[in-house]
Parts: sequence; structure tokens; C-alpha cells
Amino acid sequence: MAMYSAKVMDHFAHPRNVGELEDANGVGEVGNAKCGDIMRMYLKVENNVITDVRFMTFGCGAAIATSSMATELIKGKSLDEALKLTNKAVVEALDGLPPVKVHCSVLAEQAIKAAIADYYTRLGIDPEPIVGKLADDAHDHDHHCSSCEGGCSCDH
Amino acid sequence: MNEIIYLDNAATTPVKEEVLQEMLPWFAQFYGNPSSHYSIGYETKDAIDKARAQVAAALNCQPSEVYFTGCGTESDNWAIKGSALRLAPKGKKHLITSAIEHHAVLHAMRSLEQQGFEVTYLPVDSKGFVSPEDLKAAIRPDTALVSIMMANNEIGTIEPIAKLGAVCREKGVCFHTDAVQAAGAIPIDVQAMNIDMLSLSAHKFNGPKGCGVLYIRKGIAPLNLLDGGGQEGRRRAGTENVAGIVGLGKALELAVSSLEQKAAHQKALRDYVVQRILKNIPEARLNGDADKRLPGNASISFPGLEGETILLDLDMHGICASTGSACNSDSLDPSHVLLAIGLPHEIAHGTMRFSFGPQNTQEEAEFLCETLEQIIPNRRAMSPIWNSRKA
Repeated sequence: MAMYSAKVMDHFAHPRNVGELEDANGVGEVGNAKCGDIMRMYLKVENNVITDVRFMTFGCGAAIATSSMATELIKGKSLDEALKLTNKAVVEALDGLPPVKVHCSVLAEQAIKAAIADYYTRLGIDPEPIVGKLADDAHDHDHHCSSCEGGCSCDH
Repeated sequence: MNEIIYLDNAATTPVKEEVLQEMLPWFAQFYGNPSSHYSIGYETKDAIDKARAQVAAALNCQPSEVYFTGCGTESDNWAIKGSALRLAPKGKKHLITSAIEHHAVLHAMRSLEQQGFEVTYLPVDSKGFVSPEDLKAAIRPDTALVSIMMANNEIGTIEPIAKLGAVCREKGVCFHTDAVQAAGAIPIDVQAMNIDMLSLSAHKFNGPKGCGVLYIRKGIAPLNLLDGGGQEGRRRAGTENVAGIVGLGKALELAVSSLEQKAAHQKALRDYVVQRILKNIPEARLNGDADKRLPGNASISFPGLEGETILLDLDMHGICASTGSACNSDSLDPSHVLLAIGLPHEIAHGTMRFSFGPQNTQEEAEFLCETLEQIIPNRRAMSPIWNSRKA
């Protein structure tokens, strides 16, 4: 059996909303190169609605597919709705991920939150009461990756 | 393009037609148990003896020093755990290996560490070489075994085995080498190379899966892993995989008799790919040594990308390759071998292994290059770390 669902492979082969967004007013980056994945999310927010979104990702197939799916799930949504997006919803929308890759969906959720937090920060608003406390980074630990068994921060 | 282009011959190889034909009669036609004392038992016993002689000729040892096992991993475990357990009562509870061994060796060592043994992991230089001086300095009076691989599965580096073996001889320590990647690919002579024990596996040289060998020099006696019947000189019990053993013997004989020709073909394809990729893809780098490497191995890092991305893209083009090594494909860690040669994590993550076999063609090598030249810039365009580097 193939490692990934057809949906994951579709988003990997044809990623949606990929690239940079020059007039973004919220940008968030999570992950680290040491662990092998970095996601950068660009948002264009107008009247509390995400009118445009782009991503740049360094990572495995699941990292690219979860980024792509996450952008589709929040495009056109209000910030409140986008903040409710969970990694589980991303996994379900992709028809599942192998357990060892679930952390990619966590990164996608966190990348969106980080971008929204940046949007509020730029407006001079403290994002923490709205977005919640951001884990610095789903992978931000000194341990070797195997120590998290692929579940980096999933149970935080 | 529906055809599969198989460039992962270090993971496994297709069974050669000639080998398969040689194996087929030993399933249903000649099925006797080699331990049975009647005609159809003698037939299978003779077939095993013939294969044993073929292996002995390939390694330059006596047939009585060749023991058939279930796989290369079993051979490694037998050599390592069997030696450790044999010598522990004499107070020898120290083993030496390298940082870049296959998991069959490393995890066997870890298991012994949990049982109170001490293991020294020798470092390697940036090309992946173990230094004989380092080895000499690491050997202690209580050292039970030294195990250093003949050639690395990921980066293809061929270790100075004869020199490492000579150090062990001089110090009176038993020397095992995991030759799973080397057997059938480069010349092996256990006498000239001062080897006491050597592991090999049939499926790496166009033989069947599920059959390996441990060469054990006369006079050395690792403790048995499998006790039971009297097979393999009472040292490895279990009814023999007759067809597999026949296939192993034939495949090794064929590989060794065409070694130079085969190596020249693999090398030509590999060098073509390496030269073209390093020229056409910015910052691509070759890992391992330029000369002392397995003829079919190309380990290339593509900074800015994660290897699985390349693997999946290649698969969509019908090309089978590997990131690091196949055993690691379920793990998120970058390869221990690439880290041991000093690659930074993010570059180790973006490393691919292409391994060429006798069946590969120049057209396939060209198609690989064309595909990489297309997918690497494409994926780099969406990589934030490549973008930051270029900014």
C-alpha cells in the first residue's frame, strides 16, 4: 500500500496557493531545518477575512500537502474561523496521514496561528489573548527527532 | 512513461534469470531434507555443498568456513552477539565498531550495551573513512570483537579493510566485516584482507531474498544464535533454504566472474549522472569519496530540499531511488551516516542515493538527470530555506 492517500499525493503534486505574497499583512513561520520541515504562511487580511493566502514549505511530501490543504481550508474564512482550524481537520481533509507524519499537520495549524498572530502584532494588538500562546516551534527542542517519535508537540 | 526505472540496487536487486532457473528445481522437484539419509536427501545436500564451494571460491576461503544464514542481518547478529557472548566469561566485554555501520550492526551493538557490554563507536572523516590508527588506539585488552563494514550502504565509501584487519591481527582481536554491499560488487579475499568473519546477503547481487552467509575463519567460534538440529556443522540449526542457497551460490559465482565488466558499466552510468547533476544543479554535492566508492553508488545532496519530496517526485516519473537508505524511510531522523561525515542536518535531509545495477542503461541515467533537472528547481522555488539562502 502506498504511504500516502490519493488526496495527499494530489496536493503534493499540485500544491495550491504556493509562493510568496508581496502584500501580505500577516506572515508566520514555524518548524526548523534541523528536523527537516519549515512552513512559512502569508496572509492577506481584509476586514477580518483572509482574502488571500500563500505558503512556502521545506519538508517532506506530507509537509507540502498539509500546507497546501491548510491554505485551502482558510482561504475566504474569517480570522475567527481560521483560528478554529485544527490539525485533525487538516488530516481528515487529506483522507489521513501516516502516524509518523501527523506532526506535519500540527505545523500547518501552527503556521496559520503564527501568521494571524503576526497580523495582530502589526496592528499593535497583543495576539496572545486572541490566538493563544504559540508553541515557539513544533520542533523547537534540542532532542534528536526520534525522541518525539514523530509526534512533536502533538500532545501539547 | 509506465516503465519502472530501478535505481535502488543498494536496497535490493532483481533475481537474475539464470539464477532463478537454477533455483526452480529445488522447490518441488528436488525437495528432500538435506539431513535425511536417502537419495533425495543426498541430492539437496549435494546442492548445498556446491553452493558452499561457490561461495568459498568467491571469498578465497575453505568451504567448511562458509555458513548459510537467513539474511545479512542474521549474519551480523551472529558474528557480533555470538563473539560477545563467547568471550564475556573471559572478561572480554568491549566491542569496537564505526559510527556509520548498518543498523544490523549498530542495533546489535546497542542490544549488547543494554546487557552490560561496552562499545566504542569509531568516528569517520568527511569521506566516511575509518582510520586504522584510531582503531589501533581503541583496542583494549578486554576487546572481544572489532566490526567495521567493508563498504557503506549510503555513501558507498570502501573502508581500508586489509589495514583494519592487519591492526586486529597484530593485536590478536577478532575482526568481522559487514560486506553486504561489497560482495559481488568489489573484489574480496578474506586471506589478503585479514578478515576473521564476513557477512553477505544474496539479494544484493541479483540473488534471492532470505539467504545470507557468515564466513567464519577456522578456529573462531561465535556462540550459536540458533540451536536445534545439526545443520551447518552444528552451528546454525534449521532446515536449509535449499533453493535460496543454490541461488546465492550461483548469483555470487556470476557476480564475481563478471566483476570488472559489471563495475565498469555501473561506474560509467554513475559518473555520467554525478558529473551532469553537479554541473547542472546548483549546489548539488556528492557524498563519500570520489575513487574509493562502490561502483554503483551515487549519494547526492540537494540543499534547500527534503529528500522525500524528491523521492515522491521521482516516483511519479517511474524512477525508484532512495533517501539516505531504505531502512530509514519510516524515520524522521536524518541518516546517522550523513551526520557522521559532518553534513549539517538540513543538508542531510536533502540527500538522495541512486544505486546502479547491471541492468540499468544509459537512457535511464539520462532520464534520471532530465527529471532531476526539472523537479529540483521546481521544488526549490517553494522552499523557504532555499529562498532565504538566495535572497
